[in-house]
Amino acid sequence: MSESRQAMPWRMWWLQGRRLTAIEIRRNLFSWKAGWVYFLAMAPALLILVHLVFNRGQPSRMDEDTEILAGIMQFYYLRLAIFFGCLGIFSRLIRGEMIERSLHFYLLAPLRREVLLLAKFAAGSLSAVLVFGGAVLLDFVLMYLGYGAAGRDYVLHGPGLEQLLAYELITVLACLGYGSIFLLFSMLFRNPAPAAMLLLGWEFINPVLPLLLQKISVAGYLRSLFPVPVAAKGIFALLTVPAAPVPGWQACLGLLVLTILVLLYACRRMRNLEIHYTSE
Amino acid sequence: MSESREVNKSSDQIVFDNVSKFYGEVLGVNNISLSIPPGITTLVGPNGSGKTTLMNLMTGLVRPTRGRVSVIGLSPAAPAEFFRQVGYCTQFDSFPRGVSGREFIRDSLMLHGIGRSDVECLTQEALDRVHLGEAADRKIAGYSKGMRQKIRLAQAIAHHPSVLVLDEPLNGLDPMARAESIALFEELGRQGMHLVISSHILDEVDRLADRVILITGGYLVAEGNIQQVRQEVRDKPMQVLIRCDRPQELAARMFSGGQCVEARLHLDGSGIYLRTGNIDHFYNTLNQAAVEGAVRIHSVAPADDDTDAIYQYLIGPEGGAS
Repeated sequence: MSESRQAMPWRMWWLQGRRLTAIEIRRNLFSWKAGWVYFLAMAPALLILVHLVFNRGQPSRMDEDTEILAGIMQFYYLRLAIFFGCLGIFSRLIRGEMIERSLHFYLLAPLRREVLLLAKFAAGSLSAVLVFGGAVLLDFVLMYLGYGAAGRDYVLHGPGLEQLLAYELITVLACLGYGSIFLLFSMLFRNPAPAAMLLLGWEFINPVLPLLLQKISVAGYLRSLFPVPVAAKGIFALLTVPAAPVPGWQACLGLLVLTILVLLYACRRMRNLEIHYTSE
Repeated sequence: MSESREVNKSSDQIVFDNVSKFYGEVLGVNNISLSIPPGITTLVGPNGSGKTTLMNLMTGLVRPTRGRVSVIGLSPAAPAEFFRQVGYCTQFDSFPRGVSGREFIRDSLMLHGIGRSDVECLTQEALDRVHLGEAADRKIAGYSKGMRQKIRLAQAIAHHPSVLVLDEPLNGLDPMARAESIALFEELGRQGMHLVISSHILDEVDRLADRVILITGGYLVAEGNIQQVRQEVRDKPMQVLIRCDRPQELAARMFSGGQCVEARLHLDGSGIYLRTGNIDHFYNTLNQAAVEGAVRIHSVAPADDDTDAIYQYLIGPEGGAS
């Protein structure tokens, strides 16, 4: 048994990682404490639904609603909901379990620390993608539902489907990028919230920073992927206009490289992590 | 040849090689060198003495600032192999949120990468061993302190480790559960498991242990079996209970001969505890008193050849090193 384990460590790591991911997803998604994340994700869908029910029959334009949806994605989801949702989900994985004094159970399992960290990251990412990806899909469906056949035609035969896929891709990448950073923050800081606020500020001023520093940003990469431009004026243009636009594949690759670098450093920290609950 | 013998010897022992641990400027443990052979070993010391730090070092929850720790030849820094052989029941009284006792054990075993049917069997076996079968499917949040202690113990033994580290395992248990736990530890010890137990309930671990390690203020005070440790403190005052017809007169005689530093009358009035700094001279003087007929002695017995008394000698009632 032991020999086969040593001969095939990847197989064992994969099995352990899958099982840990399943356990963590259960804890992430099926808990009362996750309620606020669901609310954060579903709030726009609720508003669109209210609009759909109570403003039925009032004239509206599909291009306007498409722009509103793009605004919801750029301003609400990317800058607020996914950002703070990921802060909540990924901070719980390490710091939250330190505060609850239950992290040691994982550290006492026959599990490489790197496998533990990556499985937790996978669980956090899948949880965030399920919640926010699902919410974006729901927003999209509700937004065009009121247009009947024209809406269906826009989605299935027009640019709608491409826009939906772009929004889902942005959601996935945002969850990965912010998730990795918040996971690292939760290992570096007793309270990751101040660091998260600094990151929020950094993301805001990122477009006016030198080109090299613009690469150290999640939203910076994602701005290039938005399919519908949002006509933001003044200071809000900082949030929407890509300062140095890059092709989509470069934006995806850049964000993935950033995520991998952050995770590599987090793995290094994880190897030396100690349990000091009394100082929490 | 000699080197390989040394390696083989250390491969069945828990070895602390000049280990120190500092939390910033606060001392956890200092310069600990120990070799713990298989069997049941108790770790005794007052609160804050470094017992938990020593156990956390043993299991990799904290890393030594200096020195090296190995457990049956395995390093705690390599958890993938280490925790297949080692189980640790910590004293942290907290659990993942919302899980039942059975889910807690099952989740823990799943991470060992064993088959699901084996996981179910081992889970049930562990629950049965700690007598938690009926409460297993209830949420841990609703458990009493004793039940939480039991479920932690079940989690630590579920994968059949060779080494079991137990931090205050008898805390919070009622007398019945305590007796059951002690019986379980004895059974595990008989099965050849390597047990390291810390506890404040000295009279109980005393009966269990093959060896005792005394620690205070982060320093190792003594180690060995009870008698060996007693040898180490020959120069310390020793207490003897003497049953006799005239205890007060005996005490006066022993004091006047300079062989006694403290006396305490037994509750029933027919015996006296005498503390001496030189046991050989003490017995000579006592024999002389008996031969002269000054007192009629019924029995003489060392009153403190147990962990508690040795602990008091070495550490002092305040917990400060003597």
